[in-house]
Amino acid sequence: MNVDGLPALILLIPLAGAVSTLLIQKAAPLLTLLTAAVTLILTVLAALQVESGGPLTGGHGLFVLDALGALYLLPVGFVYFTSSLYAIGYLQARRQKHPDEAPPRFRQYFPLMNIFALVILAVPVVANFALMWIAIELTTVFSAFLVAYEDRPEALEAAWKYVMLTSMGAMIALLGVLMLYYGTHAVGQPPTWQGLITAAPRIPAPLLLLAFVLWLIGFGAKAGLVPMHTWLPDAHSQAPASVCAVLSGVETGAALYMLLRIYPALTANPGVHDPGAWYMTVGLITVGSAAFMLLQVHDFKRMFGYSTIEHMGIILTACGLGAAIHEQGMVYQLFAHSFVKPFCFYAAGLAGVVFGTQEIMRVRGLISRSPAVGWALLVSTLAIAGAPPFALFLSEYEILARGYASGQYVPTGLLTVFIVLAFIALVYQVSRIAFGEPSAAAEGSSWSKVRVPWSSLIALSIAFLPVVIFGIYLPPQLAQLVHQAAGLLEVHG
Amino acid sequence: MGADHVVALSIDGSIAALFIVLGLGVMVARQMLASLRFFMWQSVALAASALVLAVDLHIYSLFWVALITVVSKVLAVPWVLRWAAGEEVYGCREVDQALDIPVSVLVASVLALVTWFAMVPTLPIFASGVPFAHINLPAGMVMVLWGAFTVALRRESVAQLMGLLIMENGAFFGSIAIVHNLTVIVEIAVAVDVPILALVIGLLIRNIRRVTGSTLAGALDSLHER
Repeated sequence: MNVDGLPALILLIPLAGAVSTLLIQKAAPLLTLLTAAVTLILTVLAALQVESGGPLTGGHGLFVLDALGALYLLPVGFVYFTSSLYAIGYLQARRQKHPDEAPPRFRQYFPLMNIFALVILAVPVVANFALMWIAIELTTVFSAFLVAYEDRPEALEAAWKYVMLTSMGAMIALLGVLMLYYGTHAVGQPPTWQGLITAAPRIPAPLLLLAFVLWLIGFGAKAGLVPMHTWLPDAHSQAPASVCAVLSGVETGAALYMLLRIYPALTANPGVHDPGAWYMTVGLITVGSAAFMLLQVHDFKRMFGYSTIEHMGIILTACGLGAAIHEQGMVYQLFAHSFVKPFCFYAAGLAGVVFGTQEIMRVRGLISRSPAVGWALLVSTLAIAGAPPFALFLSEYEILARGYASGQYVPTGLLTVFIVLAFIALVYQVSRIAFGEPSAAAEGSSWSKVRVPWSSLIALSIAFLPVVIFGIYLPPQLAQLVHQAAGLLEVHG
Repeated sequence: MGADHVVALSIDGSIAALFIVLGLGVMVARQMLASLRFFMWQSVALAASALVLAVDLHIYSLFWVALITVVSKVLAVPWVLRWAAGEEVYGCREVDQALDIPVSVLVASVLALVTWFAMVPTLPIFASGVPFAHINLPAGMVMVLWGAFTVALRRESVAQLMGLLIMENGAFFGSIAIVHNLTVIVEIAVAVDVPILALVIGLLIRNIRRVTGSTLAGALDSLHER
C-alpha cells in the first residue's frame, strides 16, 4: 500500500460518504456509519505510520500529516464513527419525544455530517495554513444546519449566534493567516508549519505579534475562549447530542490546534517576549469564567458546553506554563478531552430522551429511571472533571505538577483552584440529576414510553472504552505518538 | 520610487478612500437593499485595487484575484442571497440598529483612529517590496473592525451578514498588498467560501423568518443563563 496516499484517502472517503448519502437517502444512516468506520481505520493506520515512519506527505505537497496532526486525527475518526452510530437511534427517539414539533432535518443530517467530518479531518491533513483556515471556516458553514437541526426558534437562535460569532472570528483570523503567509514567503519558506518555524526568527516581531493577536481573537472565538465564547453553550444546548459530540470533542479543538501550532514560531522569534504570558492570561480567564458559570448553569447540555470552555482554557494555560517542553501533559489533555467529551454528550443526550427536558431543576433520579444512562452520565462527569482513574486526571496532574515544579506558583495555583471549583460544580450538578427520587416533572411526562435506542447505547458503550482505557493504559505506539507530538511544540531558539 | 508607482499609489489611495466610504455606507444604510449595493460597490473597489496592483507590480495572479472578486462577490453573493432570502433582502425594508447614525459614525471614527495607531508600528516592515501595504493594510484593518462593529450595531440578520461580508472584504483589501503568491487552489477555495457562507446564512435567515415571523436577529434573545 502506498502510504503517501493515506492523507488524501482520509479526505476522499467522507466525500464519497457525503455524495452517496445525498444519492441514496434511505440508506444514509448506514452509509454514514460505513464511511465513518472506514475513516476510523484509515486514521489509525495513518497514526501508526506516522509514529513509526515520520510525517506522511502527499498530493505534491498539498498534504502533510505529522505526529500532532495524526494525534488529533484519531479522536476525529473515533467521534465521527461513534456519532454516526449514536445518531441512528437518537434522532428518531428525539422525534418521538417531541411529536408536536416541526419535523427535523433528518434527510439533511447525514450528508451534512459527512461533509462536516471531511472539513474537520482536513485541518491537520492539509499542509498550507491558508487551506487550514478555509477548512476551519467551512466547519462552521457545514455545521450551522446541524446545530439548527430541530428548526425551533431557540435552535435557530443558537445557530445564528454560532455562525455569526465564529465567522467574525474567522474573518479576523484570515488577516492574520495572510500576514503569516507574507512573513514566510518573504524569507523564502513555504506557508506550512515547518516553513513557519524555520522562518520565524527572521519574520519581523511586530508582524508576528500582530498576526498572533489576530489568530488569538479569530481562532479563539471558534475555540470558545472567553470572552468570545458566548455561542458555545447556546449551540450545545440546542444541537442534537451527536452533533455536540463532534462540536465539542473535535471542532473546538481544531481552532485550538491552530493556536498551539503557532506557539513554537512565537518562541523562536527573539523579538517576541514571553508569548506564554498571552496564552496563560487568556487561558486562566477562560478556565476561571467557565468554572464560575458551571456553578449556576441550568441546562445539563449547556453544562458540558461550559466544561469544554474550561478544558480549552486548561490547554491554553498549560501551553503558557511551558508544559509542552519535553512533556506530554498539554498534548495528552487535548487528546483525552476529545475522547471524553463525546461520551459526556452521548450520556446527556440520552438523559434528555429519558426525561424530555434538559433543565437540571426538573430532573431527578436518573439512575433509578434508566440505570445505564444514569451511571454513564455520572461516570462521564467524573471523567471530564478530571477524577482518577480516567485519562484527564493524568494530564491535569502532569500539567499542574510541571507548573509547580517550574516555580510558577501563582498561575498554577489559580489553575488548580479553578479546576477544583469546576470539579465541584460538575459533580454537584450531576449528582442532583442522577440520584434521588424521580421528580414530579419526570413522573408526569411520558418518559416511561420512551425506549433508549440500542444504537445509541452501543455508541455510548464504545465511547466509554477509551475514557477508561487511556486512564490506566496507554499503548506504546500511542505513548510514542504523544511524545513526538509534544516534541513538535517544543520551544525553539 | 518611480513615477509609475506614484501614479499607482495615488490611484490606489483614492480607491482605498472610496473603499472606506462604501464600508461606512454598508454600516449606516437605512435600507437593506442599499446596504447590499454598498457592499457590491465596495467589492468592485477591492477588485479595482487588485487591478491597479497587478498592473503596477506586474503580478498577474492579482488579475485572477480581481476576476474572482467580481464573480464571487459582485455577481454570486447577490444572486445567492436573492435565491435564499430574496424577500428579506430585496424588500424595501428599514434596517433597525442599536445606535443612531451620528453615534455610529462617531464610534466608527474612533475605531479607525485606534486601528491606524495600532498599525503604525508594523508599516515600516512593509516599506520595501510591497509599496501599497501602507495604504491597503490600514484600510483593510479598519474595514475588519467596522464589519465587526456593524454586526454588533445592526439588529437585522441581513444587515449583520453585510457586516460579515465587509470584514472579509477588509481582510482581502489588506492582504492583496502583501500576499501575491496565493496558490490557485487557495484562491479558488476562498472564492467559493464566500458565496457558500452567504448561501448558508441566507438560508438561515429564511428559516428564522419562517419560524419566528421576523428577520430581527436582535430579537433572538432567549438563550442565556438566568
